[in-house]
Amino acid sequence: MRWLAALILLTAATPVPRAAISVSLPDEDGVFSDLPGAPADAMNENCLGCHSAAMVTRQPRLTEKQWADTVAKMRTVYKAPIDPAADAAIIKWVTTAQAD
Amino acid sequence: MASPRYTTPMTTRRDLLAFAATSLAAPAFAATPLPLTSAFPQKRAMLRLRSTPPLLETPFETFREGVFTPNDRFFVRWHYPFPTDVNPRAHRLRITGAVKRPLALSLADLARLPRVQIAAVNQCAGNGRALFAPRVPGAQWGNGAMGNALWEGVRLRDVLDLAGVTGKAVAVRASGLDQPATEAPDFAKSLAIDHARDGEVMLAWAMNGEALPLLNGFPLRLVVPGWYSTYWVKMLDHLEVLDRPDDGYWMAKAYLGPVGDAADVAPGTSDFPKAPVGPMRPRAFITNVAAGARLPARPLLPLSGIAMGGDTGLRGVELSGDGGASWQPAQLGPDLGRYGFRRWQGAVPVRAGATNLMARANNANGLVQPLQQNWNPSGYTRWGVEPVPVEII
Repeated sequence: MRWLAALILLTAATPVPRAAISVSLPDEDGVFSDLPGAPADAMNENCLGCHSAAMVTRQPRLTEKQWADTVAKMRTVYKAPIDPAADAAIIKWVTTAQAD
Repeated sequence: MASPRYTTPMTTRRDLLAFAATSLAAPAFAATPLPLTSAFPQKRAMLRLRSTPPLLETPFETFREGVFTPNDRFFVRWHYPFPTDVNPRAHRLRITGAVKRPLALSLADLARLPRVQIAAVNQCAGNGRALFAPRVPGAQWGNGAMGNALWEGVRLRDVLDLAGVTGKAVAVRASGLDQPATEAPDFAKSLAIDHARDGEVMLAWAMNGEALPLLNGFPLRLVVPGWYSTYWVKMLDHLEVLDRPDDGYWMAKAYLGPVGDAADVAPGTSDFPKAPVGPMRPRAFITNVAAGARLPARPLLPLSGIAMGGDTGLRGVELSGDGGASWQPAQLGPDLGRYGFRRWQGAVPVRAGATNLMARANNANGLVQPLQQNWNPSGYTRWGVEPVPVEII
């Protein structure tokens, strides 16, 4: 039956919401941890302003260039205030971490 | 935008570092399965891809029964921070741009328009990205960044008619209450004016008979049946009727995939004709057998699952118990609307040993799921057959 494909006018409908909603959101991802030869300070200071840690740690293995491109995109497209002096330490941490 | 109507929490770096002292550190790089969390409001256990802004995936076993995805298991995807306090009585939808009468409508104003409902699948353009081979960066979704709901609200066409679209209108740009923490481009998506006025695109305040969960766009979201959820703008508060194509970042630069239905380029390719992702493709999923299952030998193995047609109705589902060498039709369950899930069931002959079980959907436009998965560098619009490897013992 094709009639079901179309929008159906309602007789009994859910009313528009009237009650306010107030929620709190957890932060369950935690912070980046120091790795041998790769301190996490640059990660924690530059990579948590817009997203939590799992956005980084859940990525597949990427090349050094892909990581550098990602940092550049965060800076130029998403206007993340990443200190250019931190780039080397960021790339060092992510490439060290994914080598595990 | 500071507004007394809404509260948007801003997490500062200081907060996060203070938080560090009291919490476990994130794992270095996670090859482990996604963690389940029940810590998010109005949600039961969800797979956590990212805590902030939340990326929460529907556990796949949710799809084993029924065609509608429960609101408290429905996937969640935000690009930017959003209000955590929302008063629907104070909420206003502004309609501006190429209109005769700019408006600010309350939900009560919308409720005076004719009510409509539609069953439709809401699916992230990146659903299944984690399964791409070779892997691609981005939100690492399995196949649970999708859900089907019965959406209730009013037609976008009727809302636009209240404002009176002028003859110069080319597109309608929708945006919501989410706001970047930086000067990043505001999240806004556009539909061509004829699409916006097709009578199917709607503004919904309810899904599955209840108000939208806050994480799914309370109090109002766009519903674009048959199209990927990037267009289903959440916490909708602004419709801007444009007299020119939308050249904003989220239409012109982001969410671009290969031109054409296949959405498939050679791995490693980045230079190819691109267009905004739009219509969905047919997909079928086996839900009664998990990958890696060891199943006792029997003449016929029963299979069941769900399928969608994409931007048109599902026409059929075929099943294979021998990795695609032979196929038989599945029996389709009730049709609750061309844009929703349908259940299917059937049985396939199997022989002892390792094999791939398959379900292959085709739609009313003649589009058939490819046996080989498509690939593109952004991990969009995965729609190939999903083999379920099993061992028959």
